[in-house]
Amino acid sequence: MAEPLLSVRDLVVEFPGRRGTLRALDGVSFDIAPGEVLGMVGESGAGKSITGAAIIGLIEPPGRIVSGEVRLNGKRIDNLPPEGMRRIRGRRIGMVFQDPLTSLNPLYTVAQQLVETIRTHLDLSERDARARAIGLLDSVGIPAAARRIDDYPHHFSGGMRQRVVIALALAAEPDLVIADEPTTALDVSVQAQIIDVLKSICAARGAAVMLITHDMGVIAETADRVAVLYAGRLAEIGPVRDVILLAQHPYTRGLMGSIPTLSQTADRLVQIPGAMPRLNAIPPGCAFNPRCPQAFDRCRAERPMPQDRGGGRQVACWLGAEVPHG
Amino acid sequence: MAEPLLQVTGLTRRFDISKPWLNRMLEGARHQFLTATVGVDFEIMRGETFALVGESGSGKSTIAKMIVGLLEPTEGRIRFDGQEMDFASGAAMRALRRRFQMIFQDPFASLNPRWRVGDIIAEPIRTFGLLPGADIPREVARLLDVVGLSGADTGKFPHEFSGGQRQRIAIARALSSRPEFIVCDEPTSALDVSVQAQILNLMRDLQDEFGLTYLLISHDLSVVRHMASRIGVLYLGRLVEVAEGKRLFTEPQHPYTRMLLDAVPDLALSGRRRKPVTGEIPNPIDPPPGCAFHPRCPIAEARCRETVPAPRPTPTGTAACHLAG
Repeated sequence: MAEPLLSVRDLVVEFPGRRGTLRALDGVSFDIAPGEVLGMVGESGAGKSITGAAIIGLIEPPGRIVSGEVRLNGKRIDNLPPEGMRRIRGRRIGMVFQDPLTSLNPLYTVAQQLVETIRTHLDLSERDARARAIGLLDSVGIPAAARRIDDYPHHFSGGMRQRVVIALALAAEPDLVIADEPTTALDVSVQAQIIDVLKSICAARGAAVMLITHDMGVIAETADRVAVLYAGRLAEIGPVRDVILLAQHPYTRGLMGSIPTLSQTADRLVQIPGAMPRLNAIPPGCAFNPRCPQAFDRCRAERPMPQDRGGGRQVACWLGAEVPHG
Repeated sequence: MAEPLLQVTGLTRRFDISKPWLNRMLEGARHQFLTATVGVDFEIMRGETFALVGESGSGKSTIAKMIVGLLEPTEGRIRFDGQEMDFASGAAMRALRRRFQMIFQDPFASLNPRWRVGDIIAEPIRTFGLLPGADIPREVARLLDVVGLSGADTGKFPHEFSGGQRQRIAIARALSSRPEFIVCDEPTSALDVSVQAQILNLMRDLQDEFGLTYLLISHDLSVVRHMASRIGVLYLGRLVEVAEGKRLFTEPQHPYTRMLLDAVPDLALSGRRRKPVTGEIPNPIDPPPGCAFHPRCPIAEARCRETVPAPRPTPTGTAACHLAG
């Protein structure tokens, strides 16, 4: 594999609280190659958004990265001072959040926001920056971009606003875009448009995407690889087809079976009993063991770490794990 | 053919969204109305699951609220089990209300945080005077057991439960008045998928056990496909298509239904190339003339821009389109 664009190693994020420390991420490792789309899935509280926030240094205090490292193009970025991190955010890593209204300032026109972002990161004149901003809006599919650029965010519909946010994220030609539930607040017919725009514009500019979502349908149609998180740990990672069709981790298998699809014929959905444990009550051994239909003694005592299973897949499960010789 | 359990004819609801009287006087602003639903007709048979799908603003929840009596229709009639719903008569509404219940989307908002679970579930029993007081605790324990919780949970407060468990409590409360008909407004939208599967399976089991009839409101086509025997598709407050459950997905008749199906990302990895959907839902305050879908419709003709299409029979049900069928 080529040199990864982003490399996350053994990332641990903790939130100290009055009733003890919560470990929101526990030893998560993965890579993103240049131009690749990595899907990040899991249920609420699994640590998807925290992973994104940790990469761009936006963990809310008192939460903090306790150990592990994040490298962008081989250089560590998790220990940068705030000023250094700020230069990376927006310039090298763009961000798209769920709610376009919170990412846009309602008091400034779209032109002001785009031009400011472009000029903060790139050495361009006001005029050139504006021309570039219009080009960006045009490329994310905003009709009459040259006229609409002087509108305020509230003049745009939800779908159009999310297009503006994507334009903003791509303003400085970042290498990586972190999109956290970019379509969750939108209607299905608009959702498909936004996913198309995000995918095609990132492909055209060679930007990699880390797509955080709970919607497996979106992942199936968009991502090259997918990482499945459970209770702050990586359960399985691999090429999207393999993980969806031939899941190896019992949690992934249950998750896929529990999603109703447009073509299924089964009468009942697969049901995983129980719910994900709270972060202050993660069971010893494998975090999934109390809900796992195939759990055995080792799963209750010893935590499985992600292990290579060939074909670019890693699975954190004692089932089918190779027993070390000797 | 059997008598339908619920029959809705010409259901229309307008909301007055005008500025206050003084503004109208001073600024010359006119009265403004938002038409949430227009002339919606459908029937629900006993024991079936009828689903309404549509995007936000299509009028799904407005219809649900009118059916359970939380909103009065501007025009149109609702008949439940052959009996006309009369919003003017409190006593008649009260007698009907026991027979239908509602499950809401957000189990964090629909349960009173200051009430214990036992009281939440017992409230409909007490209100309708269904059981003598001494028998209520046993009934509450039985209901908790039916929805997969434990009778020991009666003394707890809602915040002690997860989202999925709260939705189970909401279902137990809905069942407590022994209803025949339950309106489920996005019952799983706030839940994670693995919990969603639990709730959907539970809803099916309860339907088999108690012979319940459901009206399921959802924006999630896969959920609807899994649950519904018949499906109505709403667009801008108009019912554009009604079809048998599975056939809506294999033989969509209305261009909007086709567009919606093309837009949904699916897990099947069929490799099908989605047709790019164009445009967005128009403003419901000022809907387009003729067929409301014509500005986005790939096959619209001149008459679509002028006359509103009436529902016409199709091989799978009905569709309100000049060109369908």
